Amino acid sequence: MASENGEKLDLSFNAVPDPKPNKEWVLLSLRVISFLATASATLLMALNKQTKNLVVATIGTTPVTIPLTAKFNHTPAFIFFVIVNGIASVYSLMVIAVDILGPQYDYKGLRLGLIAILDVMIMALAATGDGAATFMAELGRNGNSHARWEKICDKFEAYCNRGGGALVASFIGIILLLVVTVMSITKLLKLNRI
Amino acid sequence: MAKTKRVLALFLRFLAIGATIAAVIVMVTSHESSQVLDLTFTAKYSDDKAFKYFVIAEAIACAYSLIVLFTCSQSSLARLILILDVVIAMVLSSSVSAAVAIAHVGKKGNSHAGWLPICGQVPKFCDHVTGALVAAFAAAIIYFLLIFSTLYSAQNPLFL
Repeated sequence: MASENGEKLDLSFNAVPDPKPNKEWVLLSLRVISFLATASATLLMALNKQTKNLVVATIGTTPVTIPLTAKFNHTPAFIFFVIVNGIASVYSLMVIAVDILGPQYDYKGLRLGLIAILDVMIMALAATGDGAATFMAELGRNGNSHARWEKICDKFEAYCNRGGGALVASFIGIILLLVVTVMSITKLLKLNRI
Repeated sequence: MAKTKRVLALFLRFLAIGATIAAVIVMVTSHESSQVLDLTFTAKYSDDKAFKYFVIAEAIACAYSLIVLFTCSQSSLARLILILDVVIAMVLSSSVSAAVAIAHVGKKGNSHAGWLPICGQVPKFCDHVTGALVAAFAAAIIYFLLIFSTLYSAQNPLFL
């Protein structure tokens, strides 16, 4: 009994208490899924391209058709989306690697706080990219009659559908990143008994 | 030291309330109509879904800050408040970036899609929107400072 109490006392003064293995696996698997989601969003949007022959004008009775392309780098919002999702997936990969390699890379308990802060920043960055791309895609799908901007999705259906798929994947990634952030912040606060 | 922490957090929240209120008011009062060659151009913030989302998101953040500032003084809810702060910071940053994306199209147009810029016809509307975006950007940065200060002061309560 006395040795048990002694052990318990030892553990409570330990800087890094052993987390329950269950929670570690849940956190790790959530990070893996969010990495997959953001990586697939990046790839889907970066490889999004459609070329179509469109009638531009009519000279006499023959219609003039020129091939028009819709690519993701026509719009700065989509370029930003690709960059931000790339950053988020690389970050997820790095944190997964650090978590799997074990807690030997720790510097005075700074690792948990650093990961929590970086999680918050990367999640907010990913939300930024998503917001911009969502409203740009909505503009492309519905146009804006007040500013006389015409919609382009009726002509480039496949481009719009693929862009929509990339957006959905990115939304899943962001929600999972939010859950992961909340879990790591809770871990940090519990560590310091707040 | 704990008192300094609390005063800093309250001060940051107060600044955030001011910034979000400024963003909402400046965006809502931005409307302009101009006449060019017998055509009337009117521009309002509610023409664009992105600007409507911007106003709603800023209003939600402002209401949340007011509620937390005036009612919460017990530290048992500190964890919940921190988590809600993270969510609100995410919403704020996404609203700013959505409005910036649409405003960029309005200012520079998009030659590939055949969208013409409108800032030449309604310059005062564009200036108003720019001001609202600057205020909202400041609000988002203040929220991040709030989160980081809370996390930093939670790191080592013995040394702070």
